[in-house]
Amino acid sequence: MLTLTPPPRVSTTVPAHVVSRVARFQARDVMRSRWLAAYGLFFLFVTEGLLRFAGGDARTILSLASIVLYVVPLVSLVFGTVYLYNAREFTELLLAQPVNRRGLFFGLYGGLAIPLVLAMALGVGVPFLAHGFDGPARSAMLAALLAAGAALTMIFTAIAFCIALWCEDRLRGLGAAIGVWMLGAIVYDGLVMTIVAALSDYPLERPMLALTLANPIDLARVTLLLQLDVSALMGYTGAVFQQFLGGAAGTLVALGALVLWIVVPIALGMRAFSRKDF
Amino acid sequence: MIVARGLAKCYGSVAVLRGLNLEIARGRVTAIVGPNGAGKTTFIKALLGLTRPDAGILTFDGVAIGDDAAYRARIGYMPQIAHFPENLTGTELLALLRDLRGAGSLDERLIDQLGLRDAVDKKLRVLSGGTRQKVNAVAAFLFAPDLYVLDEPTSGLDPVSSGILKQRILAERVAERTIILTSHILSEIDELADDVVFLDEGQVRFAGGVSELKRETGQTTIERAIAALMIRQAAA
Repeated sequence: MLTLTPPPRVSTTVPAHVVSRVARFQARDVMRSRWLAAYGLFFLFVTEGLLRFAGGDARTILSLASIVLYVVPLVSLVFGTVYLYNAREFTELLLAQPVNRRGLFFGLYGGLAIPLVLAMALGVGVPFLAHGFDGPARSAMLAALLAAGAALTMIFTAIAFCIALWCEDRLRGLGAAIGVWMLGAIVYDGLVMTIVAALSDYPLERPMLALTLANPIDLARVTLLLQLDVSALMGYTGAVFQQFLGGAAGTLVALGALVLWIVVPIALGMRAFSRKDF
Repeated sequence: MIVARGLAKCYGSVAVLRGLNLEIARGRVTAIVGPNGAGKTTFIKALLGLTRPDAGILTFDGVAIGDDAAYRARIGYMPQIAHFPENLTGTELLALLRDLRGAGSLDERLIDQLGLRDAVDKKLRVLSGGTRQKVNAVAAFLFAPDLYVLDEPTSGLDPVSSGILKQRILAERVAERTIILTSHILSEIDELADDVVFLDEGQVRFAGGVSELKRETGQTTIERAIAALMIRQAAA
């Protein structure tokens, strides 16, 4: 006769040592990847070029910001999904060890997101350090830019996890990753402009606000520009934000939404990882 | 040691396990065989907690396999495909596994036996498929587990290494460890297995000792006996 002991109670905590071991291990692998080096060098050359030939004023930082806002989501999504698909068998080997899935998830996530943030931050930051800072204003701008880049990396790496976990087929997953980027970075603005043009007779301030909050790339842009205090340069969305929320309050709402944009994909990814049949 | 009762699993509309009943005895080598898609890998994944069955009971030493990961400290798993992070070395990989398991003393005999001392310090990317498979084997045997789960352990290995690994499996059996392996090489099962489980369409069609299998099919070698089972199954 088969006697059954009920399964032991499972703790829902995240074991810190699993997270740090796995994250460090994977980060070491990612850091040695040529693609990551290329990514860091790309920012290094672009930043150095801009600083050298266009000077270090606000407009230079804006040009740099628009590059960061496009490239960071693209690389986080594509590099993230490809890496995760390649790590599928290795993930299974880790899952067969006595570690819980939450710990493993945060380890894998950190091991991917942290090197991406570091490569971006070093690529952008080192030329600034080399050229020196003209007063506190510029270092505040640089800090805002790096923070926006870091936030976008965290958001889109988490989305890459979701895609890789939801899509078994890696070609479709890669397609989805590129699709998400196109939607967020290109199609969305076109869509917003179309809506604005089509409904120009109506008061659109509130819907515009909602539309900006609904796209992390727009949101990062707005947060950054509010920080740089150059919202006049970014047209309609910026004007709306400046007018409705102005200064500190606007920044706070935008930051809150950005944090939500980081937390939600991570939570969704963890849920998918915890439930997935590998 | 392992008991499965009415184990069922569907992937979408495909039923992979259909009420699988099985007992795997402690201290023996059990070979799981069957045609492609029979449910061998899914059963192993359920055992390792990689996949959650839709229905049925699966226990390890009387404890239902659920979300608690602790029981896996007693399992050494050798996956079929040795695919590791490319830019790290075998030593780094083994160190990670040791840290995750919190293991004290390590059984590194296989590193020397398979002649891997130099290879484990190279990046895994530059190793040949067979050498990676050796690293894979070392990882499974490193922690002196109670249960070995070996999915096609000798695939991709040269005959000498394959022989060393088989010797090791037999030595673990002598040490009263439990071993579950899958293999398509039937002569290998003849060499290693005490018990054979034949799976087809997600159910156990035969489970028992090797001599029982030979008697039931009226054959003298496992190779022929399993072939006879497959033919019988195909005809049914």
